[in-house]
Amino acid sequence: MLVEILFYIFGTFLVLAALGVITSRNPVYSALSLVVCFITSAAIWLLIEAEFLAVVLVLVYVGAVMVLFLFVVMMLDINIEELRKGFTRFAWLGWLTAAAVIVEIVGVIWVRGLGIDASKSPTPTAPDYSNTLELGQVMYTKYAYPFELAAVLLLVAIVAAITLTLRRRPGLKVQDIAAQVAVNAKDRVRIVKMESEKRP
Amino acid sequence: MITLSQLLTLSAILFALSVAGIFLNRKNVILLLMCVELLLLAANFNFIAFSRYLGDIHGQVFVFFVLTVAAAESAIGLAILVVLFRERRSINVEDMNTLRG
Repeated sequence: MLVEILFYIFGTFLVLAALGVITSRNPVYSALSLVVCFITSAAIWLLIEAEFLAVVLVLVYVGAVMVLFLFVVMMLDINIEELRKGFTRFAWLGWLTAAAVIVEIVGVIWVRGLGIDASKSPTPTAPDYSNTLELGQVMYTKYAYPFELAAVLLLVAIVAAITLTLRRRPGLKVQDIAAQVAVNAKDRVRIVKMESEKRP
Repeated sequence: MITLSQLLTLSAILFALSVAGIFLNRKNVILLLMCVELLLLAANFNFIAFSRYLGDIHGQVFVFFVLTVAAAESAIGLAILVVLFRERRSINVEDMNTLRG
């Protein structure tokens, strides 16, 4: 019963925060609402005993991705008024689509049924059960190759992000330390043999 | 305890809201990226719900990979956004018309 009450509390917060993300006037508030979304989702994942992913969601999303979002939102000098222009023009289409999606999915879940008993609760796990251990046992054996591919994907993402945002500005007076260190006397001083000037 | 139907309904609401967000904020690239993150979160909800209720751990492994790909996607998306803003001084989707699309 307590779990169910907590689920409804977190679910309400999740939906309200999602509404905040899509309707807020300022992108900073949207990003902060998205942080609330991720935290409440992590809480709900804890309630259904998916502990590892709940922790990963908070660490990776709230800790890294959302900080990146906030950083970019605050760094760019965005003209919000220009972007908000025509906000309500297709709003009815958006809400209509949302209503249609909700009606369809909820209809499938509650009216037609999924072919499985959707009204049952999961079997509670044993007290000494470790979600992380079980996940790790699968991930490092059966999914070892996809796991390494995911690592390579992240590496590619790092390289791509850095090369995209790396900026070379020509005409800027900067020191090239490597060139300074590698220089030797022959490149700097040129000894010229020449006749001395005659006195007139 | 929470039933599968409740979780799937919550995930459907979240999904629909983020689809509506894409319609509402169709000019602002940052908001579009955030709505895509919300979409992926709703999909992850379904994966975890079915994984727990069918007693199959593989769904959670898939969520792990989805999180990885989503993190890479947002990193590259934001990098492109920064480059775009540097070129155009604007992140309006309607200003991206070089290819006459």
